[in-house]
Amino acid sequence: MRNFNHTIGFTAILLTTLTGCQKIISPKTGTLKITFRNTVNRIPMVLNTTSYNTSLGETFTVNKFKYYISNIKAGGNGSSIAESNSNHLIDESVTASRSFAFEVEENTFSGIGFLLGVDSLRNVSGAQTGALDPLNDMFWTWNSGYVMAKMEGTSPQSNQFGNRIEYHLGGFAGPDNVVRQVNLNLPAPAVIKEGGSSEIVIDADLNTWWQNPYDLKIVNLPVCTTPGPEAKKMQTTIAKCLAFLM
Amino acid sequence: MVFIFDACKKADAGIKVFNPTNLTFTIPAGWPQPATNIFANNRLTEQGFQLGKKLFYEGKLSKDGKFPCASCHQQFAAFSTYDHQFSHGFNNSFGTRNAPALFNIAWMKELHWDGGINNIEVQPLAPITASNEMAETIGNVVSKLSADTTYIRLFTAAFGDATINSQRMLKAIAQFVGSIQSFNSKYDKVKRGETSFTISEQYGYDIFKAKCNSCHTEPLFTDNSFHNTGFSLDPILKDIGRMRITGNATDSLKFKVPSLRNLELTAPYLHDGRVFSISQVIDHYRSGIITGQPSLDPILKNRISISNQEKADLLQFLYTLTDREFLADPRFEAPR
Repeated sequence: MRNFNHTIGFTAILLTTLTGCQKIISPKTGTLKITFRNTVNRIPMVLNTTSYNTSLGETFTVNKFKYYISNIKAGGNGSSIAESNSNHLIDESVTASRSFAFEVEENTFSGIGFLLGVDSLRNVSGAQTGALDPLNDMFWTWNSGYVMAKMEGTSPQSNQFGNRIEYHLGGFAGPDNVVRQVNLNLPAPAVIKEGGSSEIVIDADLNTWWQNPYDLKIVNLPVCTTPGPEAKKMQTTIAKCLAFLM
Repeated sequence: MVFIFDACKKADAGIKVFNPTNLTFTIPAGWPQPATNIFANNRLTEQGFQLGKKLFYEGKLSKDGKFPCASCHQQFAAFSTYDHQFSHGFNNSFGTRNAPALFNIAWMKELHWDGGINNIEVQPLAPITASNEMAETIGNVVSKLSADTTYIRLFTAAFGDATINSQRMLKAIAQFVGSIQSFNSKYDKVKRGETSFTISEQYGYDIFKAKCNSCHTEPLFTDNSFHNTGFSLDPILKDIGRMRITGNATDSLKFKVPSLRNLELTAPYLHDGRVFSISQVIDHYRSGIITGQPSLDPILKNRISISNQEKADLLQFLYTLTDREFLADPRFEAPR
């Protein structure tokens, strides 16, 4: 019986394909490339070795900077497209992770939207793979759910061992949800022609991590690794820092 | 139709067809439907179950090879740690909570004493990576399994190709652990009309239904919710239970209701194993509940009135929840 079912399924798929070939002219597609650039005070971020000043007069270095971007949509000319299976882990220490591309139909895109974080459904759907693989060290094991953004480093203003600063921002449900929708208008349209490509570069400037709309002083909060009000404030502030486009 | 069937078989000749053996997850007669179907996105197969079982008993999941899942979850103890308040982990460390028994997990919405785990598939990440348990990284586990030809064969049998990754490992473990069921105790056989209680057991059952069943609800003997049952906060562990997950003060000192099935084998009791006998647990409900705690379950504010005779009968009933077929079921034994 099982084999028989498989036969039917296979036939149906073939028919669909044939019908598709007869009626639909294959769409003209090009490549939309998206690149994230992590900066501090508008200068490309350097991990470990460079000391930065916050706008609130504190000092820090960055050892780790990772965050999830998901559910990417681009819109223009009254239509929009959504990347399928859209989950990306941007990791400052992995160059290849900061840039990715996907195929889209011809269009002129004027805006892009995405989630900063992993949508709630993916947080409750069990074992995931790819960017969401727990071996990426972005999944909490004590309280199921993804760390949406992670920043670690040092600061003389931190009272922790080794002057550590550590921000693991997570929480996807109810009042603790730190996932933020980010919508950006492109400074110039991204035009996709058949066989061509266009790149959207998004700058994430860490200087604004500490300010706007909340003032986050390291001396008051050197560590934030649980869901709750502090994590929400930080995520709101980080979402703002992604608003700059080159 | 027969012709098509044959044609299909011929077409397949020479091509390796991935066709694992489906397993059926049985819901015992009269039991509620599980809240979610844990196998909806994880096809339950004999090959997946066998791989999951091998992984459950696999030392490579731990840093030094000595702590498989089964080191803390022993079948003869209903997959709890027999006679241990806290289980032993890597580098002579202790856990901080009593290892829970594992059975009938398909009915649980949340796992762990504080309900912090929202899906059976991601639960193993906690013990594997905890420094006082298996103390390993997920990346190292995947590397070790990928270098083992036995696992390459078993993953291929279970999933159709040789890819070994954390997702497949976790789904296979979920197939095994999610299949661990207990429903053949004397209580179950009485319910099915196959045998009958003694007089004392029947009295005990009546007392149970009147005084225990609201949280330890039949037939699972837990409602899988969270309650503060009036124990003190341990001054060293400072375990606030459910509040750690929700951040709500109203959840302070609330812990998941454990099933009473097989409790004969799961001593010591409570989230931190501080109570060493069933008799002492009953005594707590009779006279030990700290009634001043704001988050105390309201139905316990006057404690529970249980006479000595009732306690003796209740104990007789509770022993009928031991499922000896489950405790010795070869399906769940370590692979040879």
